[in-house]
Amino acid sequence: MRIGLVVNPFAGMGGAVGLKGTDGPDTVAEARRRGAVAKAGPRAHQALARLAGRVPGARLILPEGPLGADWAGGLDLTLETVASGAATGTARDTKDAVRAMMPLDLLVFAGGDGTARDVASVAEGTALLGIPCGVKMHSGVFAVTPQSAGSMIASLLEDPDRVRWIDDAEIMDIDEAALRRGLLAPRLYGHARIPVSRNLMQAAKGGPRLDAAQSLSSAAAEVVAGMEPETIYIIGPGTSAASVVRALGQQATPLGVDAVIDRKLVARDCDAATLDALSEDRRVALVLGVTGQQGFLLGRGNQQIGAGLIRKAGKDGLIILATEDKLTALAKPHLLVDSGDPDLDRALEGFVRVSTGANRQMLMRIASC
Amino acid sequence: MTRIPEFHAAKWNEPVVMEMGRPGARGQLFPAPEDEVTQAVGSDLIPGAMARKDRAALPEITEFEAQRHYLHLSQMTLGMMGISLFGTCTMKYNSKTAEYATLRPELAAVHPYQHPDTLQGVLEIIHEFDRILCSLSGMDQFIFQAGGGADAAYTMAAVARAYWDDRGLLDQRTEMVTSVQAHPCNPATAAAAGFKVVNLPLEENGYPSLEALKAAVSDRTALIMINNPDDMGIYNPEIKEWVRVAKEAGALCFYDHANFNGVMGKLSARELGFDACMFMLHKTFGAPKAGGGPAVGAYGCSDELAPYLPCPVVVKEGDRYRLDEDRPKSAGKVREYWGNVPQVVKAYAWARAMGAEGIQLASDISVVANNYMDRKLAEIPGLEISNPGIDAYRMEMTRWSLGPLTEETGVTTVDFANRMADYGIDPYWMSHEPWIVAEPFTPEAGELWSKEDIDTWIGVIAQIAEEARSDPEMVKTAPHNQAIAQVKGDAFEDPGKWAMTWRAYQRKILGDESARGVA
Repeated sequence: MRIGLVVNPFAGMGGAVGLKGTDGPDTVAEARRRGAVAKAGPRAHQALARLAGRVPGARLILPEGPLGADWAGGLDLTLETVASGAATGTARDTKDAVRAMMPLDLLVFAGGDGTARDVASVAEGTALLGIPCGVKMHSGVFAVTPQSAGSMIASLLEDPDRVRWIDDAEIMDIDEAALRRGLLAPRLYGHARIPVSRNLMQAAKGGPRLDAAQSLSSAAAEVVAGMEPETIYIIGPGTSAASVVRALGQQATPLGVDAVIDRKLVARDCDAATLDALSEDRRVALVLGVTGQQGFLLGRGNQQIGAGLIRKAGKDGLIILATEDKLTALAKPHLLVDSGDPDLDRALEGFVRVSTGANRQMLMRIASC
Repeated sequence: MTRIPEFHAAKWNEPVVMEMGRPGARGQLFPAPEDEVTQAVGSDLIPGAMARKDRAALPEITEFEAQRHYLHLSQMTLGMMGISLFGTCTMKYNSKTAEYATLRPELAAVHPYQHPDTLQGVLEIIHEFDRILCSLSGMDQFIFQAGGGADAAYTMAAVARAYWDDRGLLDQRTEMVTSVQAHPCNPATAAAAGFKVVNLPLEENGYPSLEALKAAVSDRTALIMINNPDDMGIYNPEIKEWVRVAKEAGALCFYDHANFNGVMGKLSARELGFDACMFMLHKTFGAPKAGGGPAVGAYGCSDELAPYLPCPVVVKEGDRYRLDEDRPKSAGKVREYWGNVPQVVKAYAWARAMGAEGIQLASDISVVANNYMDRKLAEIPGLEISNPGIDAYRMEMTRWSLGPLTEETGVTTVDFANRMADYGIDPYWMSHEPWIVAEPFTPEAGELWSKEDIDTWIGVIAQIAEEARSDPEMVKTAPHNQAIAQVKGDAFEDPGKWAMTWRAYQRKILGDESARGVA
């Protein structure tokens, strides 16, 4: 198994000094000026120390210098290094390093959402695992701690059969400049395959479970069967919600929002203005998924769906799809909404039903953040 | 000082019993019938259509050889007599006295189709045991037709369906509300009976909130199905309010007593407001389970639901007992006849031997033993109790996690269970829902095991946790002291490899395509 590691040495520097992230060299310089200390490298070292403790001599591919090998010093690991190229202090360094290591079965990165986006853009189709180091970590690709990232790599090397894979972990990022102006505008940039450590094997009394795709497609079929005429169904983004578009025999926009009226796809990849126009004089239903780990329903990756539409749909107009696995694995047992309108968020609080399969629902508490 | 057992299983390289013996060997030699007998019954006692065309393909082996073979098999499988704190199963001693009672001809040699006048003794036991369960639950009538806990849960779903159908509301009352941590047969059987399943998540207290229940129930709710405590071992103290809320919405309430041991004689399902409940006689009531014999799910309900019970129901009229089949509103049978009656007799024997006070004392001991075990397990680094921040005593069992130890060492709960067998200790139960708590295991101390047994069990757990750090590879490759090495579980999910019969074994494993028939 070819496992690569790349460290974004600047990741996370902005957090402690009141910057909202560390995207771009100017921000890095500002962070340094404010006394920020690089922490991604030491955290990568913690992950590698756990790995070396569990699997002495484990083989890793990584760039020379501060983007990789500098943080593996003194550990019992077998390192295969690639040349880093000239450092520019920008995302280009990370991307170049990843390109030099490809092909990989798993790319481990130490960074935040920005780093996740950067590495995913040049390692499409490669499984990812994030060592959490960033200021922003809305993506679903991060391990809980550096040590648990190290444990996951060790488990993969020791016995890959014990690791489960999830294909649709979200890669999200927030426009930092907007965030510094007080605007939270996270976008969904794609999905990645990630390893999951939780042991789902159970002999004897437990049988095999229905897989995620089957659960979602049967939940989606029920949503389609229950669609009412003249109502606009605003769907997506994300794979869970997209299953409803697929149940209609159509191809969904993977990262965008589609609209369905009378079981027909009437618009694809809609922006807020299009959705508002289509929704005029109609009842509105929002078909939504849930982001992994954090459990966001609204306000992360689906800003096209504005407060006006949400208000029009109301709580009864929310149609939510997610697998039971995803819901029970959330860090906290509730769904988060951040519509940009605190009064609306509060109005949405309380319980809502999530479709988890054929004739199967789970009640989840909505909380504003 | 806790004694850690030193153990090595016997290993016998014997073939399967079908490949043993020699032509002509017999376990029993039966004399030919006397002429008078043949003349009286004729030679065609068995109708031609039922008579076997070929000789039965039985192993030709003596009785002694057969016994020795099965003794060897038990030596290679821990014999079901070791220390087994197998949670959610409430392991109990299956007394030989009770076993003996079921061998008496009054039970062993009767058939449910006999005239009830010739079955009065068996019917009396069933009726008497029904009364005992009614006194433990407050219900009005029990039946024993269900062949296990899931079957009894299905009985509830079927009764609810008949109840709502009778009121013309089955099209409206379509939902069953339960929790993600409930006995998994609750959602499964409700779905099988055609209800939609609405699951409640666990919240901060370790059980679903009352608020979630209020949001879930409505005039669409047919019934709620819950157990309390659930498999985390946490008792939901709001249960009375739960029943009130569900009843207010018009729903029926079913108490799944799969985890009854910690509350035996302490509460009454009916007093809490439930309409129905079920007990597993093969767990709580001392009858054998799993390889030990067939199971019974005792299903009990209020008078209001009794008309919908599966038939027949044993009723007492004066001094006589009869089987009531004339129940026009019955939900229909969930199983043939009246259930696994020998198990009912064993459970009756257990209940009579324990007495009301004994049952309450057993409940106390099981809770005390579990909390003692929890304190001791908490001292072992790398183990973590489920819902660690909750200030609540656990009842008769507790869900634990090896998550921190697994992260540190890579040794999983499956490895741990395999290694336990090296000490002659039965591997523990992990979890019905292994996705809720990482690397789970669920011990249940019960009232059977002595303090010394529990200390030994905990000592072995501590020993393996230590080994996980000092020699993780050894633990991951366990068992080492067993008759066979580690088994990969893949075949359990591959019907192409299942072989429950000799014919299936010949075909699937030995590749003999001529061995066709029922797999």
